[in-house]
Amino acid sequence: MLVKFILNGEDVAFDAYPGETLFELLRRNHHTEVKGNNCKTGECGACTVLIDGEPVPSCTYLAGKINGKNVITVKGIGDYDNPNIIQKIFVEEGAIQCGYCIPGIIISVKNLLDKVSNPTEEDIKIALSSHICRCTGYVQQIDATKKLIEIMKGEKK
Amino acid sequence: MSKTVKEEIFIEKKVIGKNVEKYDGLPLAVGNPLFTDDIFLPNMLYGKFLLSPYPHAEIVEIDESEALKIPGVKLILSYKNTPRIPHTTAGQGYPEPSPYDHFMFDKKVRYVGDRVCAVCAESIEIAEEAISKIKVTYKELPYVLDPEEAMKGEVIIHDEEETTGIYDKKRNIISHVELNIGDFEKDFSKSYYKIEKEFFITQPVQHTPIETHIAITYFDEYGNLVVRTSTQVPFHIRRILSRILEFPMNKIRVIKPRVGGGFGVKQEMVLEDVCALMTIRTKRPVRIEYTRKEEFIASRLRHPSKIWISLGADKSGKLNAIQMKVLLNNGGYGTHGPTVLFNSGSKTLPLYNKAESVSFIGDAVYTNLPVSGAFRGYGATNGYFALESAMDDLAELIGIDPIELRKINHIKEGETSPVFEKLGEGREGVVQYIESSALSECIDLGKKIIEWERWRGKRVRNGSFVRGVGMAIMMQGSGIPLIDMASARVKLNDDGTFHLFVGATDIGTGSDTVLAQILAEEIGVSYDKVKVYSSDTDFTPFDTGAYASSTTYVSGGAVQKAGKLIKEKILEYAAKILEEYPEDLKIEDDFVISQLTQKRISLREIGEKSFYSFEQEQIEVTASFVSPKSPPPFAAHFVLIDVDLETGKIIPIKYVAINDIGTVVHPNLAKGQVIGSIVQGLGYALTEELIYSNRGVPLNPNFLDYKVLTALDIPEIIVKFIETYEPTGPFGLKSVAEININGPAPAIRNAFLDATGIKLNSLPFTPEKVFKVINKIKIEVKKNLHN
Repeated sequence: MLVKFILNGEDVAFDAYPGETLFELLRRNHHTEVKGNNCKTGECGACTVLIDGEPVPSCTYLAGKINGKNVITVKGIGDYDNPNIIQKIFVEEGAIQCGYCIPGIIISVKNLLDKVSNPTEEDIKIALSSHICRCTGYVQQIDATKKLIEIMKGEKK
Repeated sequence: MSKTVKEEIFIEKKVIGKNVEKYDGLPLAVGNPLFTDDIFLPNMLYGKFLLSPYPHAEIVEIDESEALKIPGVKLILSYKNTPRIPHTTAGQGYPEPSPYDHFMFDKKVRYVGDRVCAVCAESIEIAEEAISKIKVTYKELPYVLDPEEAMKGEVIIHDEEETTGIYDKKRNIISHVELNIGDFEKDFSKSYYKIEKEFFITQPVQHTPIETHIAITYFDEYGNLVVRTSTQVPFHIRRILSRILEFPMNKIRVIKPRVGGGFGVKQEMVLEDVCALMTIRTKRPVRIEYTRKEEFIASRLRHPSKIWISLGADKSGKLNAIQMKVLLNNGGYGTHGPTVLFNSGSKTLPLYNKAESVSFIGDAVYTNLPVSGAFRGYGATNGYFALESAMDDLAELIGIDPIELRKINHIKEGETSPVFEKLGEGREGVVQYIESSALSECIDLGKKIIEWERWRGKRVRNGSFVRGVGMAIMMQGSGIPLIDMASARVKLNDDGTFHLFVGATDIGTGSDTVLAQILAEEIGVSYDKVKVYSSDTDFTPFDTGAYASSTTYVSGGAVQKAGKLIKEKILEYAAKILEEYPEDLKIEDDFVISQLTQKRISLREIGEKSFYSFEQEQIEVTASFVSPKSPPPFAAHFVLIDVDLETGKIIPIKYVAINDIGTVVHPNLAKGQVIGSIVQGLGYALTEELIYSNRGVPLNPNFLDYKVLTALDIPEIIVKFIETYEPTGPFGLKSVAEININGPAPAIRNAFLDATGIKLNSLPFTPEKVFKVINKIKIEVKKNLHN
């Protein structure tokens, strides 16, 4: 079936196979910025995208349901030439090791910063807890997010 | 250590020690196509394995007829149509110390998850359907899951004739080691204090890299077989593939893209052979990837083990005699068994070098469980759980502070241990003296930060919670001495920048970044003047791979050497242009400057001239490095825990890790290695365990039932480095990758002992297990707590 939705701000129309997940549809259409082919049960969080502003593991979302919705992948947050501040600070703070889980984590951090005013450490941990990162041990990711919160506070002043 | 060497610490470094931008950081953060999976090839086929449902069985017949009728099925591989060449899947230097006991496919399966056959098809769905249509007739064989049972030899797991390198096939013993230094029995018997044969159990755990194993193979336009794979050991993969596929090595090119985590599990060939053979047979690109479940059961694990420790000490607490007996459950194949076995002693026992007598006895044994292989810490993790727990029990027996006991006994700068020489990796080791160590200082600082005196022995209660504090110390190594070889090639470009080609394999650790820092520092240019290409067997020089905490030390050694060589070449070349002597010249801030006349020429001009106008040549060098020793980094770990006496849950509150890793090259990346290792170690201590049915079926091979820690589960973690200067390492550095995974299990165990008086000697400390233990001796605990 043909599905039409907004992907990173652009109208797209893809042919979705029966039973295909959004993750599979995106990757089949060369959106390789969405990682995490191996879990397919939503447990690792690597394939997380924003669907109508909510972080969702795309491997558990049927592609057929995406019609008319607004999807943002990590590329919609920032790309190599124009990175988002979250991406820059994550690099700076050593919050990225192998980086396989990072596109999904950046989506969740973006969602946290957009929605929660003045997030606490607990809020950050809850936001990160839908992701498994086996390399970093999370501490530098929590610290990077704290730093982002401070930067945002500074900008608001 | 000579003074001159120590003084080098104070030489001002411009790139080393700085948090330069991680080479691949931003590309990863924006999701660029960097991983094996991210490049789409036209006309690609998909491979899928049929895995054994039985722990031990003979394959009587594989009926492929129904599967082959499915449109899109291209090929089915099994023992019937594949070469039968014994090999090890372990990615180790040649000749591998691991036994050759593995065949691409065999007539026999040896664990639940072993390869039966594999389908190659137009899509993964078709491959999966075909798998379901293959009818396999098995003759079930008696099986054995426990290593002690296996050693009785009633079930023989490897009876095939072609295997080599197995210690005792009839008793399923892959490798056996006995080390005797001094007279253990004599020294132990005369000891004033004795811990006798204390018994420890460790569980199977999986590495769970977030990217599972994946390989894509294809023929390039010249007929070369290209293997794009998520591996830690591209050069070993090339060598093994060439032998078992009987395909010329120079027609195989192994490319390692970004790797989504390894931790040892990708020091192993689990997909590449079959993927490559499918490409050879079909002439088309093929892709095979493990699902999460397959990764759990059919890749590799950390060895489950049983360890017995005896410690004897004199009245003052000085150790006289240490004995460690290790029994490793290797599962169906022997990969990494001998080396992990040796390391469980060789990386732990030298730490307490005051003991006159050391006895180490070990066996790695086949059973019909999934296969254990390399895992960060590599045997030392199991060994330290036992050794560092027993040390606390000895301290309790003597009645001294466990920190004091360790300080009396641990190895110090200028000292050695006979264990270094007697015990290497699967063979004898090398003599080595400790030339850099700040272990005592690490212990002191950690003790202060955790507030040892405030918590130790106080059993502070808060509702159902009781608090305890514990610690452990450890050492590891840096590469495998006289075996691990790395090389680096450097060329100067016509814009004055450098290309660095290394076989070293960055698996997310940041080694590309760190190696570029080493080169920039050595030449005397800024970090952004160095561009790194790594791990492509056709284009980068040889390197043994990312394992044994070797990359920064061994590959870094090669890079530093190459830096020195190219610097010399540049200065010689510049001397001719400037009409000066090379020894009067130096490189600083992208210029060659004469210290005599202040004449200068930029590296850009040198590059340009060398290409186009003056004594034209490509200024380029290659260097190799092998270390005669493996200098250990040291660490002291401290943990503060709360034990919930009502639920049995152990909650780590604060974790302090103080490391001596020599010179810190990149503080942020080093810190990341330490924390990542600790959190993996906390999972090992508290939650992670692959559980089997009594038929050897893994029961929890997914992230819901196998509990890896998340951000919500971690304590406050404080990491500090005390820098030393290791004279054999580039810019004084040692390794950092593995050592910190060894601390959490014993430190938590010892904190639990402090909190409750109970010895937990079986990992992991799940609430269920802890609750049962607490309940059993609740009265005693209560009595103690009210004292």
